[in-house]
Amino acid sequence: MSVLLIAEHNNKELRPFTLNAATAASQIDTDVHAVIIGHECGEAAKALSELELIKKVIQVEAPHYENFVAENFAPVIVKLSENYSHIISSANTFGKNLMPRIAAALDTSQISDITKVVSNDTFLRPIYAGNAFATVKSKDNKKCVTIRPTSFDPCESSGGSATIEKAEAGEEFVQTKFIKREEIKSDRPELGTARVVVSGGRGMQSGDNFKLITSLADKLNAAIGASRAAVDAGYISNDHQVGQTGKVVVPDLYIAVGISGAIQHLAGMKESKVIVAINKDGEAPIFSVADYGLEADLFEALPQFLEELNKLNTIQK
Amino acid sequence: MKILVAVKRVIDYNVQIRVKEDNTGVVTDNVKMSTNPPDDNAIEEAVKIKEAGKATEVIAVSIGEEKAQETVRKALAVGADRGILVKTEGILEPLAVSKLLQKIVEKEKPDLVFMGKQAIDDDCNQTGQMLSALLNWPQATFASKIEIKDKSLEVTREIDEGLETIEINVPAIVTCDLRLNEPRYASLPNIMKAKKKPIEQINASDLGVDTTPRIEQTKVEEPPKRKAGIKVSSVAELVQKLKNEAKVI
Repeated sequence: MSVLLIAEHNNKELRPFTLNAATAASQIDTDVHAVIIGHECGEAAKALSELELIKKVIQVEAPHYENFVAENFAPVIVKLSENYSHIISSANTFGKNLMPRIAAALDTSQISDITKVVSNDTFLRPIYAGNAFATVKSKDNKKCVTIRPTSFDPCESSGGSATIEKAEAGEEFVQTKFIKREEIKSDRPELGTARVVVSGGRGMQSGDNFKLITSLADKLNAAIGASRAAVDAGYISNDHQVGQTGKVVVPDLYIAVGISGAIQHLAGMKESKVIVAINKDGEAPIFSVADYGLEADLFEALPQFLEELNKLNTIQK
Repeated sequence: MKILVAVKRVIDYNVQIRVKEDNTGVVTDNVKMSTNPPDDNAIEEAVKIKEAGKATEVIAVSIGEEKAQETVRKALAVGADRGILVKTEGILEPLAVSKLLQKIVEKEKPDLVFMGKQAIDDDCNQTGQMLSALLNWPQATFASKIEIKDKSLEVTREIDEGLETIEINVPAIVTCDLRLNEPRYASLPNIMKAKKKPIEQINASDLGVDTTPRIEQTKVEEPPKRKAGIKVSSVAELVQKLKNEAKVI
């Protein structure tokens, strides 16, 4: 039986993690169909049909789908689920909000946030904020699975030519009303997908001092991250938070500055390929996961770091 | 307005998790347990709403073994009026928990159900959404701000792209983010007072819910270890290593 991928989009474009979720879905079964629910989302549906791994697209449109309210989305997917063995989405705030509503309606025990497909009923997933990994086997007939996007490579965005079928919209759930969305706009790479992330912690001492992080991030074309302590102290907004309760990031290079390395922060970054820690406390736990540790006062080290980078002929972007 | 708050007993967030040698789970014997952190935010918010005169009663419910009574007692110490313990043994999946909570909701008829957005043990992030699906109620997940209106709530939600605001009519489910509020500590007099507050004990088996696990946990392992790194002595050395050894800049 085929698998059904729930596409995430903004009615114009696909959100990038849809491509990672497509890869995960294809590892369960190669016959991947994708459903896109939205309002005037034809462009995004077309982009979806061009993904290499997608065999068929089902497009469902209505004005009440414009803002991705889970109460409106879930019944549509439950109705389509008859023909599928698995329902797949990303374990980001979109998928986390939506999938359990589908699973409960199907009387299925959902498997959240998988990092590996072992077989079509067995998956690997982190528990205890990544301090342990569980191998779990689903005994349900229909499986609802959310995937950790950074654990799967994005699929090719071209090369596919899936047919686009339209399906009928459901009724509006009137007890929930969307009011507004405040997206944080930035010219920088997105934290979840950036190749380089520079993060600051409580050691930054003030929001003003985050300028040092910003300059370094500018130089490296990096996203800016932060520890929960820095967010709680009000140095930076919470959409920058890396950790168990923030974003999980897996960049090629993660630079932790003035971050002690609480368990909950490590859970969000320790899968990064190369980790650099700059901290004046040589005993800080962050050094236990760092490939390169520099025990130094960040207020001296960061300006030097910029200076050294300026000396290089080229910096990878 | 009556608020039901679900609280879970989990391994304390400061405890370093150890995997059992036989790979059947993590070590829980003689390990400090406490309330799931975002559940503390859920209790705090409910108590604040009551203190503001907008709720009449706050009921704390926990599902688990006998010792989960401590978790309920803690909620009573920070201001919940009474408690319910649904007693069960063994692993409960979020689907089973939400079915048990549904039974409690049908009995207590609250206007709002609050709970943490996620439990820090199994990290499933499912129960609130599942409960709202079973009840066909609106849901507001990852709440970082709640404003009580007449027959509705305006909730600000933390989403990947930033913040989203929705309005949900009561009855409704809200799952709470850590940034919703700053949970208070229970004072000693309030801890003493909480001992006199009632906790109703219910056997899960009496609620007529099939809680048989649908997922078999075949193995629990340590996370892959990172190879030991090195300390560098200067920024210049660091940049050289990143450029020539790690080749990431």
